[in-house]
Amino acid sequence: MKGSRIHHFHGGLRLRHNKKISCQVPVERPPLPEELTVPLLQHAGSAASPLIRVGDTVLKGQPIGFCEPSAAVHSPVSGTVMAIEDRPMSHPSGLPGPCVVIKPDGREQWVELQPVDDWLNASPEQLIDQIQHCGLAGLGGAVFPTHAKMRDARQRHIHTLILNGAECEPYISCDEMLMREQPDRIILGARILRRAMGAERVLVAIEDQMGAVHHALSRAAASSESKNITVVKVPMIYPEGGERQLVEVLTGLQVPAGGRPSDLGMVCQNVATAAAVAEAVTEGKPLIERYVTVTGNGIAQPRNLLALFGTPFSHLVESCGGYKPDVSRLVVGGPMMGFPVATDDNPVVKASNCLLALTADDVREPQAEMPCIRCGECARVCPASLLPQQLHLQVRNGLWDAAGEYGLSACIECGCCDLICPSHIPLVDWFRYGKGEMRTREREALASEQARKRFENREARLLRRKQERAEKMAERKKALKSKTAQQDRIQASITRAKSRVATPAGNDPSATGDGKNQ
Amino acid sequence: MTRQFQVSGAPHVAPRTSVALVMLQVLIALAPGVAAHAWYFGPGILIQILLATVFALLFESLMLRLRNRPLKPFINDFSAVVTAVLFALCIPPQAPWWISCIGMLFAIVFAKHLYGGLGQNVFNPAMVAYVVVLISFPQVMTAWLPPASLAENSLGLMDSLVSILGGQPGTGWDAISRATPLDLLKNGIEAGQVMPDILRSPVFGVLGGLGWEWVAIWFGVGGLFLLYRRVISWHVPVSVIGSVLLFSLPFWLLNPEGNPMPLQHVFSGAILLAAFFIATDPVSGCVSNTGRLVFGAGVGIITLVIRRWGGYPDGVAFAILLMNMAAPLIDRYTRPRMYGE
Repeated sequence: MKGSRIHHFHGGLRLRHNKKISCQVPVERPPLPEELTVPLLQHAGSAASPLIRVGDTVLKGQPIGFCEPSAAVHSPVSGTVMAIEDRPMSHPSGLPGPCVVIKPDGREQWVELQPVDDWLNASPEQLIDQIQHCGLAGLGGAVFPTHAKMRDARQRHIHTLILNGAECEPYISCDEMLMREQPDRIILGARILRRAMGAERVLVAIEDQMGAVHHALSRAAASSESKNITVVKVPMIYPEGGERQLVEVLTGLQVPAGGRPSDLGMVCQNVATAAAVAEAVTEGKPLIERYVTVTGNGIAQPRNLLALFGTPFSHLVESCGGYKPDVSRLVVGGPMMGFPVATDDNPVVKASNCLLALTADDVREPQAEMPCIRCGECARVCPASLLPQQLHLQVRNGLWDAAGEYGLSACIECGCCDLICPSHIPLVDWFRYGKGEMRTREREALASEQARKRFENREARLLRRKQERAEKMAERKKALKSKTAQQDRIQASITRAKSRVATPAGNDPSATGDGKNQ
Repeated sequence: MTRQFQVSGAPHVAPRTSVALVMLQVLIALAPGVAAHAWYFGPGILIQILLATVFALLFESLMLRLRNRPLKPFINDFSAVVTAVLFALCIPPQAPWWISCIGMLFAIVFAKHLYGGLGQNVFNPAMVAYVVVLISFPQVMTAWLPPASLAENSLGLMDSLVSILGGQPGTGWDAISRATPLDLLKNGIEAGQVMPDILRSPVFGVLGGLGWEWVAIWFGVGGLFLLYRRVISWHVPVSVIGSVLLFSLPFWLLNPEGNPMPLQHVFSGAILLAAFFIATDPVSGCVSNTGRLVFGAGVGIITLVIRRWGGYPDGVAFAILLMNMAAPLIDRYTRPRMYGE
């Protein structure tokens, strides 16, 4: 298992990467927006409960929402809480959710930050706590709470930390810009993560076209005191930035079905997460902003911005010269896996790596589907080695057992099959629907299983009670019988006594007493 | 100001290809073979292609109308045209017009639409059509013309038109039609002749039949174009040709006088056309790569078995239909291993 050799994964596509257009100018902060909308639900799990009330004054970096075991949410500015209400929250579902609306006061006054003084000598648990309090989550797009991933990693034997800088989706360049501009911070974050998880080596995976990045990162890795950090160039094939694909490319090993990279002793973290870890630990800064690529043919001046969470998309677009007239679709994330938003008043959240404005020419016309001709291209490009054309039929016809057997749950929704399909079947839409349906069915099956158990327990209980009652009855009957026998005996003794009375002899009271005591 | 956008699921990328584009590339790849055919055997093939296409589109429209399907996307997908061209390439160039009509009736109505239309057919429609007319009209279907260079009076465009539209073979037709190289081969071997004697007939070229071998080579070239364009994968052609070579090799080695050379098998009859254009039909073939290898090997071996022991000089169509039947089963047993499984 050498880090330097590059392996292959099945399928994938070479896509036009369209990244250069947004990498022309250095990253800047846009001016403060008039109002920020910070969603309380930004990670996997349930929404955080607010720690502030309407009218409160908040400082920049002050915790405003907390949720165990998910990650904390902090105020991106100093200002006043104007409202806590349901608003669009840049969620794939498109549904509104609880958000904290903050009006900035423009003073940008920070809360008192509490960095870890000497991280090299701090305990891993202390580092993880700090990361949890700073609200860190995977910035690659999955926003899994970082502390939870690290705690899980600590319980298994982790030898390799993989830093994912293989930003394989077209258009997105925020990680590339970050790696160009902050290589030292990324490497520092990698060292902290490695120490906190007890890993030995670090592999930083970048795409083979990022020459400048390779140079910058290698230099940063060489100059930092810690050894065993390797920058690896991987060929640019989508979806190589997927965790499972990246593990295979770097090591030649496949993450077991249904498992995680930690089953192989590896943990993946995004490069932006590593940079945020360095800030959180050494400066105490909570996660309140991120690099966002604002790009696409519908944007006048595509570029990367360092945007505060809660900034409305419309504000970012204004900072990039506004829309072009023929813009027709706004996507959060990349063109392959991003989700569309209906309006541009959605806010930047931890997951928003890219804001992509597309024109009608860039996208597929909706509703132009032909029947499947079984060409098998979908299976050729599937990075999970599934048979999408079979899954499509199974999902469409509700053959859930077959779909489960053919690995529907292993689909990573990368969109390769969908893009390559000559019949233009919206395969990923079907698979998302099928997965949801299967989850519902599993839940229902679980619920009915529980109901069945409850019923069986109740039946058993009733039966037991009945038996107990029957036993008691039998006992009582027995007792009654013995009572009759006893009365017979009493009667007999009375007769005897009577006869004795008749024949004048000594009475026998003890006999009666014995009988009663029996 | 809040701005509204259209919402549609990922991926947000314009598609690279379409069914029509796939079929169009197949047609382009067939062009050199068709041209070679016309060069060696006269312009009859062009008329047959035109006729078959017209009938195919007629039946396609009729069935779409009956099945309440939109006409435009399905007429424009070129799938019926591909069926028509493949069928026309299989029948004698001077065959009367009603052969095309009956063939396309069975291809489009029975083999395609009664099974559910595009993508649903179990059998390759062109092969169903060919086998129906081959079995029903053996006399017409086995009357092939020799290459133009061998014919005393070759048929021009007008002669071909008269012969095809006349509805039955003209009187002169008997005189000019000849046994095909594969007929000669089969009859010769069954009569106990040795290979060098059989091959002395002028209808043979270097590798296959005179003229035929060049048509086959140009189909191969078209096939390479499809491979290059990734319209087909290499698995089916390689396994069809490979199995023909491998399976015929021991027979030839053991008895070179009683069996044709392996390469002769490949360049005779419809092997190359089938390997690149017919056995690669995705709808009626296998989906997985392993499955495609098995499918192609089946086509090659069954063809040779029919050529050697069956009642027909070439058996490609039967081989393909038999393997079409086996395709779902093969797919079931050759499912690829999932990631991490």
